Formats: sequence, C-alpha cells, structure tokens
Amino acid sequence: MSVEVNRFKCGYCGACVGVCPKGALELIETWIEVDDSCTSCGICARICPVGALEVKVK
Amino acid sequence: MKDRYDVIVVGAGPGGSITAKTCAEGGLDVLMIEKRQEIGDPVRCAEGVGTDALLKHIAPDKRWIAAEVKGSRIIAPDGTEILMSSDAAMKDVGYTLERKVFDRVLAQKAAMAGADVMVKTRATGLLRNNGKVAGIKAMYMGEMHDIKADIVIGADGVESKVGRWGGIDTSLKPHDIETCAQFLISNFDPGEYSEFYIGEKYSAGGYVWIFPKGGYTANVGVGILGSKSGKIRAITLLQKFVETTIPDGKIIEMVVGGVPVSGPIERTVTDGLILVGDAARQSDPLTGGGITNAMDAGKIAGEVCIMAKEKGDYSVRTLKEYEDKWRATIGKEISRALKVKNLLIKLSDEQLNQLAHSLDGVDVSTMELPKLLAVLLKKNPKLLWGLGSLF
Ligand SMILES: Cc1cc2nc3c(=O)[nH]c(=O)nc-3n(C[C@H](O)[C@H](O)[C@H](O)COP(=O)(O)OP(=O)(O)OC[C@H]3O[C@@H](n4cnc5c(N)ncnc54)[C@H](O)[C@@H]3O)c2cc1C
Ligand code: SF4
Ligand code: SF4
Repeated sequence: MSVEVNRFKCGYCGACVGVCPKGALELIETWIEVDDSCTSCGICARICPVGALEVKVK
Repeated sequence: MKDRYDVIVVGAGPGGSITAKTCAEGGLDVLMIEKRQEIGDPVRCAEGVGTDALLKHIAPDKRWIAAEVKGSRIIAPDGTEILMSSDAAMKDVGYTLERKVFDRVLAQKAAMAGADVMVKTRATGLLRNNGKVAGIKAMYMGEMHDIKADIVIGADGVESKVGRWGGIDTSLKPHDIETCAQFLISNFDPGEYSEFYIGEKYSAGGYVWIFPKGGYTANVGVGILGSKSGKIRAITLLQKFVETTIPDGKIIEMVVGGVPVSGPIERTVTDGLILVGDAARQSDPLTGGGITNAMDAGKIAGEVCIMAKEKGDYSVRTLKEYEDKWRATIGKEISRALKVKNLLIKLSDEQLNQLAHSLDGVDVSTMELPKLLAVLLKKNPKLLWGLGSLF
C-alpha cells in the first residue's frame, strides 16, 4: 500500500476518492481503502481537508 | 429482493432522490440504492439554498428548514461589507437546511411515489450486455448481488465511481475541487444574513462562510482550492478563523468534504447511463452550491428516462436529450460562474478591496449576483477585463 490513511483523523468525506486519477481509492462505510493501482502521485494527500493521508513511496 | 428494474439510481442525495421520484411518478420501476446506512448522514454541506430555486421542487417544511436568511453579506479583506438582500418586501431569500432531515424526506418522497429504496447497499461495478450498461453489481450487508436495469443513474456525489466504470473520466484535478471544513458553532448569534469572507487573508481561491442555522448556532466553514491546499489545509484555516473571529463559540459538530468546481465536464451520458448532480460535476464553481442544480438535473434525468422507456431505446441517441437539456439550463449558469471564479481567484486582496470600494454609494441591496457582477464590471472594466462577454 502506498498511501497510508490515518483512520482516526479521516472524516470519511470522499474528497480524496474524487481526485484520484487512478481510481485507486474507495470510501467503504467509514473508512478509505487503497488498491494497488495507486502510483503514489500524492494528489489525494494534498487535497484532504484534515491531512489524514500520507504517501509512502513504494 | 428484485433482480430487475427499469432504472437503478446509485446514491440517495438530492440528485438521486429527485431522479427516482420523477421516474416513479412516470410509472417506471425504479430502485434507488444508498451505501450509507442513514441517508443524509454524515452531512457534507453548508446547507445554504436559495428559496426560489428550491421551492420549484418541494413545498417548504419546518422539519428541514433550520433557519431563514434575509440575504448575503460579502466581507472584503479590509472589512468593507457588501450587503445583498431580498426584494423590497424583505421576504426571505434563502434557507439554511437541516440536510439530515431534508435528504431523508426527499428519499421518502421517492419511496412514496413508488420507488424501491435500499440503504447500506453499495454499487461496486456495472453489469454489461453487448457492451451496453445493463445494471449494477452491489453489496448489501456484505453480500454481492447483480441487479439488472435498462438505465443506471450515477448520482453518487463527489466521490462518483459510476461514471468512471462507464468510461467517463470524472476524476477532478486539484484546481477543480474546493476542499472544505466546517464547524457547527453554538453560543454565537450569527444574525439573519449569510456571510462570505473573501480574499487570500481567509483562504486561497475559496472563502469563509457563516450560515445562520437557527437558535444560537451557525455553520462556519472554509473552502480552499485543491491546488492551494497541502501545506495549509481547510481545517487549519477554519480553526484560525474561529479562534480569532468567534472566540466564545462552542463547536458542536464537524463536517469535512469536497465540492467539484470544475464547471461542465465533456460528457454526462453513455449507452444506458446518466450522471446527475455532483457526480456530473454540476455544482456552481463560484459558490460551491450544488443542491438545487442536482435537483434540477435529477428532474431532467427522470423525464428523459420516461421518454427512453416509451421509445424502448436506452442508447446515447435518446439519453443525449438529458445532456442537451441540462447544458441549456443550469449548464449556462455553471459555465458563467466558472468564468467569474477563474477571474476572481486571480485578484489580490488589494484588488478585491478596490472592487468592494467601487460600490460605495451604490444600492446593491436588492441585486442578485449576476446584476451585482454587471455593476462591478461597469465600474472596474480593467480589473474585470474578460467578463464583458458574459453580461
Ligand atoms: C463543505 C461543503 C459545503 C457545501 N455547501 C453547500 C451549500 O451551502 N449549498 C449547496 O447548494 N451546496 C453545498 N455543497 C454541495 C452539495 O453538498 C452537493 O452539491 C450536493 O450534495 C450534491 O447532491 P448529489 O445528490 O449530487 O450528491 P450527494 O448529496 O453527495 O449524494 C451522493 C450519495 O451517493 C452515495 N454513494 C456514493 N457512492 C455510492 C455507491 N457506490 N453506492 C451507493 N451509494 C453511493 C453517497 O453516500 C451519497 O449519499 C457543499 C459541499 C460541501 C462538501
Ligand atoms: S479526503 Fe481525507 S478526510 Fe476525506 S475521506 Fe479522504 S482521507 Fe478521509
Ligand atoms: S497517491 Fe495518487 S494514485 Fe495513489 S491513491 Fe492518492 S491520488 Fe490515487
């Protein structure tokens, strides 16, 4: 997994899902799941309103 | 559980519910699914709407009107205020909604009209038949189901996947989204006007809002353009604003979310598929308002579904009518708002102050936004060069 989600910070708003160019993110119930199509581009981490995402370079 | 419908609507926001209701009233067999277990909750909205645009769709109801507002006050970076009010009769021009109730009432209206509704049901993909969209794959309480339909409506909001599954790339670039944080603040009298604090002082490419929510409460939030977010985030800007401006306020709720501000996207239909509301990026790029646009689009989508059923044709040829109609109505406003937004976000705080000062002595109190912009343009032709073609 190349994006780490801080579940305790995340407000499950889905904004990151809308900007991911790869469609790698999904909001399921109250958590964000990342699949392996993620390229670590960092867009989601940048736009998260609370800073709950952190990109880990593969 | 039925395994076939005329129309399946994915997402039970205002756009989805109006689509489902319109389809059901036209005699179609329709299912609306919502992945959350509670429709409308958690809220991702500041809940402000104009009464005129809203009351085309639904009669006012105390259950979901949290507050009535008399107009808007725009506050320039140096504190200069522009008051835009109602008509001379001082009737209320806007509401702050209670969306937890509003969204559920809309879904219930769809249900009463005959639509089936399933909550805690998440679409996970599309079914296809000869390349055409032919239904959805959905998970209900952990179990997978295939449900067939002639038309699938993607009303799945900012996080929309339905369009992408159907081959329409709806992913938003960072500069096409406002990333927002909001507190419901108590112990604070916000007055009777919706307030908008503009300028980089408050937020880059966005604004701070205070929407009265009834009693001693208000939705206080900030949106920042995605391309400016990163080092600074919506939540930090909001905390700073509240600490300095409403120090005695008590935070009793927190909301985060993103609003598409891309303006019209290239395509919102394909064979057997229609996108509605935030999924179609139909929110207003200038204000971030998307509730009534989603409802307008839902109405059009429902009517086109009824027509498609009569014709027995669910291909783009018939569904294109939806595309044409929304572009000719809300689409025009959205395109114009995008141009205004693109110009305003380039202005410095000093220039915004200048714009506000140019209204000194002008009575703008009964003007709506387009009229106000026209006046601003007349007084500041150089600063607003490029808007000329819009008015
Ligand atoms: C902070 C903030 C403030 C805002 N303030 C205002 C405002 O003051 N006024 C205004 O008019 N607009 C405002 N907006 C915009 C407004 O909230 C949206 O434009 C509006 O909700 C769009 O309605 P919709 O029906 O298209 O989508 P939504 O209301 O977002 O509904 C989409 C629904 O689809 C569901 N869904 C998503 N994926 C799936 C799936 N795979 N399966 C099943 N269900 C799914 C979601 O759970 C959601 O319930 C604001 C937005 C934000 C984030
Ligand atoms: S944008 Fe941030 S808060 Fe919103 S769902 Fe994604 S990780 Fe959570
Ligand atoms: S880092 Fe880029 S590719 Fe990976 S989940 Fe975030 S937006 Fe998508």
